[in-house]
Amino acid sequence: MRNLILCSVICAVFVLMIASCQTADNLERDMYYTNGRDIYIKHCQNCHGAKGEGLAALTPPLTDTVFLKANKQKLACIIKNGLKGEIVVHGKSFNDQMPPNGTMADIDIAQVIVYITNANGNNQGMYTPAQVAADLAACR
Amino acid sequence: MVTLRYSIISCIAGLLLLSSCKESPKLPIFGEREAKTVTRADGTKGVDTVYQTIPAFSFLNQDSTPITNATFKDKIYIADFFFTTCPSICPIMHRNMKAIYDDYKDNPDLMFLSHTIDYKYDKPSVLKKYAEKLGVDGKKWEFAYGPKAEVYKLAETGYLSTVIEDKTAAGGYVHQGYLILVDKDRRIRGAYDGTNDEQVAQLKKDIPVLLAEYKK
Repeated sequence: MRNLILCSVICAVFVLMIASCQTADNLERDMYYTNGRDIYIKHCQNCHGAKGEGLAALTPPLTDTVFLKANKQKLACIIKNGLKGEIVVHGKSFNDQMPPNGTMADIDIAQVIVYITNANGNNQGMYTPAQVAADLAACR
Repeated sequence: MVTLRYSIISCIAGLLLLSSCKESPKLPIFGEREAKTVTRADGTKGVDTVYQTIPAFSFLNQDSTPITNATFKDKIYIADFFFTTCPSICPIMHRNMKAIYDDYKDNPDLMFLSHTIDYKYDKPSVLKKYAEKLGVDGKKWEFAYGPKAEVYKLAETGYLSTVIEDKTAAGGYVHQGYLILVDKDRRIRGAYDGTNDEQVAQLKKDIPVLLAEYKK
């Protein structure tokens, strides 16, 4: 009887261990997310806020999941080159300038994009430096 | 008999201790001070401490109307230096100031004064747009525009806050992110780093303390 209990406990532990293992993809995404959060705090948070809430009508929030999904291919260009002109986020118009971050490397941009598109209600998964490089090549 | 006496003494001591605690805390007064001979109200002469005060100023606000010290008469106010295109610390300073502004919306004793240090771009019309976008309306929060020499001198000598034009800095200006608390007698009673959550929390605690000083 005792052996049976012991055996089932050990079995359960093994099953839990295997279940808790992350896939390689998830692990990479989580690493990008964590590094991206540090970059966000340093370069983005002053204006966009700790929870991506934005600042009144001056800075748009990063909680509009539809906007971020529809404009995902433009994010790298916006981060690197800044933004001018009107955009509509959450149904509100924003028309101030976002300063460029010209010195940011592709991998930094990829990490911050992974953070932005997976935090504050977003859930878009991984984004690679190669995708960022392709996006930047197509900047207008 | 002895125990009765002891208990009376300890009672009195206890009362004294309690009453000494009633003295409400006061904020420190910053800046230079000097002893001056003054004439009192009853005509006698005596020596009193004279504290540094915010010098007289005259600027245009976001509505292009002049504002001076008289605008802030009988108010305590929070002052800071910023510019509207500031990419670094200003948004977080004004995020924090806006939260205090919202808390005290209905209290006429507290005002806000933001001096722009970008004398080239931040004309009153630009300040007006900025204020509207920040969600500030009315006369409680003034945004002041003035010539470089006057604003920078006021920052340095009046508010003990450094402002420098620097082409190499992001945005073109270097400035300290202090939120400066000024009392009704134009004296500086506190300076808090507007980008630091702990210091902003301290400012929120100190405002009622300063307001209480003027309650009679």
